[in-house]
Amino acid sequence: MQFVVNNKRVEVEDVAADMTLLQYLRSQQHLVGTKEGCASGDCGACTVLVGRQSASAGLVFREENACICPLGSLHGCTVVTVEGLASSADELHPVQAAMVECHASQCGFCTPGFVMALTGLYLERGAELARADVGVQRAAVLEAISGNLCRCTGYRPIVEAGILSLKKPARVASFVQEWHPDAPLAGTVGVADVGANKILSKNASCFWRPTSEPELQVLLAEYPQARLVAGGTDLMLEVTQQYKALPQLIDISQIASMTALDIAGAEIALGAAATYTHIEKQLRALAPEFVALLGRVGSRQIRNRGTLGGNIANASPIADTPPYFLVMDAELEIGNAQGEYRREAIAQFYRDYKKTTLAAGEYLARIFIKREQLQRPIKLFKISKRYEDDISAVMGAFSWSGAATNLFSIAFGGMAGIPKRATAAEQFLSDNTWCDAGAVDEAILAQACELLRSEFAPMSDVRASADYRMAMACNLLKKACYEFAAEASGAVIEERLFHHA
Amino acid sequence: MRRLVVNSELSPAAKITHANGGVGHSIAHESAHKHVRGAAEYVDDLPLLPGTLFVATGQSTKPHARIIALDLSAVKSAPGVVDVIVQSDIPGKVDVAPVYAGDPLLAGDLVEFIGQPIFAVAATSFVAAQRAALLAKITYEELPAQLTVEDSLAAQSFVLPQHQLLQGDPDANIKSAPHQLRGEIYVRGQEHFYLEGQISEARLTEDGGIHVISSSQHPTEIQKLVAEVLAIPFHRVVAEVRRMGGGFGGKESQAAPLACIAAIFAQRNRVPVRYRMPRRDDMVQTGKRHDFLNRWTAGFDNDGKLLGVDMLLAGKCGFSPDLSEGIVDRAMFHADNAYFLNSARILGLRCKTHTVSNTAFRGFGGPKGMMAIETLMEDIARKLGKDPLDVRKLNLYQPGADETPYGQKIEQHILPALIEQLEKNSAYRARRARITEFNKTHRQLKKGLALTPVKFGISFTAKHLNQAGALLQIYTDGSMLINHGGTEMGQGLYTKIQQIVASAFGVSVNRVMVSSTRTDKVPNTSPTAASSGTDLNGMAAKDACDRIKADLIAFACEHFKLSAEQIVFGNDVVVLGEQQLDFPAFIKLAYLNRIPLSATGHYRTPKIHYDRATAKGQPFLYFANGAAVAEVTLDCMTGEYKVDQIDVLHDVGKSLNPAIDIGQIEGGFVQGMGWLTTEELLWDDKGRVISNSPANYKIPTAFDVPEKFNVELFDEPNLENTIHLSKAVGEPPLMLAISVWAALRDACSSTANYQFSPRLDTPATPERIYWALQECIAFNEANSAEVST
Repeated sequence: MQFVVNNKRVEVEDVAADMTLLQYLRSQQHLVGTKEGCASGDCGACTVLVGRQSASAGLVFREENACICPLGSLHGCTVVTVEGLASSADELHPVQAAMVECHASQCGFCTPGFVMALTGLYLERGAELARADVGVQRAAVLEAISGNLCRCTGYRPIVEAGILSLKKPARVASFVQEWHPDAPLAGTVGVADVGANKILSKNASCFWRPTSEPELQVLLAEYPQARLVAGGTDLMLEVTQQYKALPQLIDISQIASMTALDIAGAEIALGAAATYTHIEKQLRALAPEFVALLGRVGSRQIRNRGTLGGNIANASPIADTPPYFLVMDAELEIGNAQGEYRREAIAQFYRDYKKTTLAAGEYLARIFIKREQLQRPIKLFKISKRYEDDISAVMGAFSWSGAATNLFSIAFGGMAGIPKRATAAEQFLSDNTWCDAGAVDEAILAQACELLRSEFAPMSDVRASADYRMAMACNLLKKACYEFAAEASGAVIEERLFHHA
Repeated sequence: MRRLVVNSELSPAAKITHANGGVGHSIAHESAHKHVRGAAEYVDDLPLLPGTLFVATGQSTKPHARIIALDLSAVKSAPGVVDVIVQSDIPGKVDVAPVYAGDPLLAGDLVEFIGQPIFAVAATSFVAAQRAALLAKITYEELPAQLTVEDSLAAQSFVLPQHQLLQGDPDANIKSAPHQLRGEIYVRGQEHFYLEGQISEARLTEDGGIHVISSSQHPTEIQKLVAEVLAIPFHRVVAEVRRMGGGFGGKESQAAPLACIAAIFAQRNRVPVRYRMPRRDDMVQTGKRHDFLNRWTAGFDNDGKLLGVDMLLAGKCGFSPDLSEGIVDRAMFHADNAYFLNSARILGLRCKTHTVSNTAFRGFGGPKGMMAIETLMEDIARKLGKDPLDVRKLNLYQPGADETPYGQKIEQHILPALIEQLEKNSAYRARRARITEFNKTHRQLKKGLALTPVKFGISFTAKHLNQAGALLQIYTDGSMLINHGGTEMGQGLYTKIQQIVASAFGVSVNRVMVSSTRTDKVPNTSPTAASSGTDLNGMAAKDACDRIKADLIAFACEHFKLSAEQIVFGNDVVVLGEQQLDFPAFIKLAYLNRIPLSATGHYRTPKIHYDRATAKGQPFLYFANGAAVAEVTLDCMTGEYKVDQIDVLHDVGKSLNPAIDIGQIEGGFVQGMGWLTTEELLWDDKGRVISNSPANYKIPTAFDVPEKFNVELFDEPNLENTIHLSKAVGEPPLMLAISVWAALRDACSSTANYQFSPRLDTPATPERIYWALQECIAFNEANSAEVST
């Protein structure tokens, strides 16, 4: 494989398929400014910028966690580390200069990660934000550093530095500034170089990167034991946390038919390998509640790599998006090594804890939602200890077709071994007039909650007790009903603590 | 030559203002430019020397068990494995405990917590070592395990004897008081979560010694323990620390085992050895902040003034004493927080549990004691229908009511004025009125407000640790190198020392470099802990400056035929009567005249003493003070909340560097807020830590910090003669975050019309808030039932 690190073209062949970018940068390039804080994508100390050629926008940089990024996935990309921002202490990038001015580093260990996350914001939205209201700037900065933990400063000076940097003009002091937006880059690897071929191999370890589904299907047939990787935000934890070897990896992130979003037709098709960030940008108008929820799925770094397919096919009972797709009556398109496809309702897909109907040689290709489903009011609530970048204790999704047809759908994450529809409670609400001219019938709601209690038996774990989960399932349902009813009658919803999810 | 020691406070130099970044200026952290460029080196960033081996440990999977059989054959034959050691392979001392015995470097026949290292592997790569460590076959005979404070209390099983403070006759006073209250709170511990995990590298020296490069707050202890486990003299071991990626107390005693294991492997295999703990091992194998179970009975008058308090503080120490003597002591010394108790019994217990041995964490027990008395303040207020702030103010130490339960008198009464100022500047009363109104008109959302004070004692409670050394070297170009016993973990100690030295000579801070902390430069150092880094090392550095200056002044008097008053250091020059010389030129001249240009300095804290037999004394030189107002909003349906505004006023004496001090206050506050809100340390019923990664242990993110976060310094010099009359700032601000917890409890209390405060153990997660609100509902139902009957 070849890629570019800090303006230098690098060729790599003889490394294991499961080597991470962080390991490579630190051990092979001695670029030790990029730190390991957790090796699980939770702290952001390893944040780097990854530039990819996009047909419409040229070279687009995104913040990513180097610690869980498989090296092979960077074939043809341009990586910028903190060492790439400034050639000397006198020529700091505006973000670096602002960090110094605002006293935004203490122990300094998390600092390179924050610098890279804020530089990503500066590159992507700096020009637009320079003239924006400080509240808008602050929100953008918070979003940019949502995946970066600092234990020393209390964040105030870092946020201030992020805002200050937006007011600083780009000095042509570093190559990131020269590159952007589409200045020529000496070491850029042409997109045409990117092939389906095996791009890394060492002994029996191989990393493939097919660019079409037929290529993928051939690989699946030939290497049935190979693992599929898209963002790797979960899979790579097997390597970095459990020290397992993943000798054969097939990267599906370059298959156009699996990363594309088709939002024009009566049926919306979401590629399973589409990143959250991509979906957020495309679905903002069409599915605002869902996009708001994606903001809480993970940090910006994680959303830049993580994919819907991973969230769904992993079959985690606490994944954030399956409850949404459950109430949307989404269908999954599943392909296999023989080139055949089948479609299945997502409610049928989950069989048991971490078990799905996916058979050997099968892969999740696309998720379909009927456009009409998107018209319905929907409420998505996520309960977790920490607001940002935390895993759900309970995730509730509620959809209602309105008083006339009164079709109610409810699904929960964190309430069972699988993401699950609350079939009894939703049927009961659909059968009864629980809301009349904006007024909610508390007795009916109480009965619906009783049904929830009968159809769920959640567990206690590190995130919440079973009792709290049960109480939340009921209260989130009530919350959804109050808001549906108020909206239906044009009344004002009592102010929410948080404005989304 | 006779040395003339001058006090630079009184010397002409002190009268010159320093525009070059000296004391009092908000200069940037000395490594800031390196931090932002990724150029600041941490231990794992050092280039690997050829042949370096990497370490992992095999860990107990039982909380309390005897090891019947240990089969390491698969470990030894695993790919990349070079060496494996067990306890009997340790050449010297096995116990690496910091104070009292009980911390075997590797477990022998007995394991006492899940995660305890039983053997260690050295391999050619980090991953090879980690993989090999999983291959051991260990047969255990399980023993009964006590996993909780309650288990320990039931078994009366403690790691160290109890200690008690007694002031007056609390029993009689409580009994005769117009009101009595009982209460209990369980305050959970905290994971340090320094961003840089524990790490040490050991390199052989030609003398058969070891050079350890470590991420440690206590290089001298590293030196001592490495020497002891290898059975070699201390002078063969050098421990070096340039910087840590965060410490917070977690690298005071907990860094040493890594250094010791690396050193043993280095000695056995004649190669460099690096031992870095991955995050999960760090969260399982190293100590944390103690859980505390606090119980009390109190008596008070109709105004809410305390008459007597009887309090039990039971700390969950884990399997060994580690630093728990001092930690529980400090909890007891802060069980009064800022309040005059009138009469008190404070009993401290050090509970033994079969869990990892808990250790130092910013505040060192102090925060736990404070949680008890702050809960009590609120309960009194609810009982009497008063604003908790009024009860707090009423009970503050003041002249005439100034004796602590341990006999020390409060001499500098900062808090009454500080709280007045904060109350006014934060518009506490107006906001209280607005919030009361908001709560009447909102069904689902409720707001809470609280102002809480902090009074924190400064000095190590172990008297001998209150000393420090420094070594100052001036070179003939006028550049200076200062070395001292303190370590840099981000708190800005090196920067402050740089400023102190620059100010002493009236030169720009750029002339002063602070080099890495090394035991071969300044020996026998104390840990950088107890907020004392600058107090101790700053004074030692100043002493070194004063010694050299005395020689320089004596030289100049003689050489230029001047009196000492005619010689002034400032603005990068030395004024010599009518003429002046650039600082480098003057130093060069001094050198040519054979004046010594290096000196060691030393400092020991005066006045302090404590008698354990009588439980009376003056354990602290002075107190640092502060107060904070927090406003929160919570959602009654879910228990979720957000912090809307924070206002802090904090006493750092005369600030050495306001930007760094404010950084410590903000950082300490947010860390304290995490401890009391989202950070939940949990064990399962088998004794396993289940909050073992950042995926399930959540420290605050930037989103959790309110936009309105106002921090001001209370400008009043220290009454004690500390370094430039400043005060320590490392730990005290952490406890300002109690205001957030109190505001959450206030918001809960609003649902019971402020008649009742629900129990709110910490951390106050959304779940705990939710159950507290259910308690309020039950209170309301019981009350209305009472009214109707």
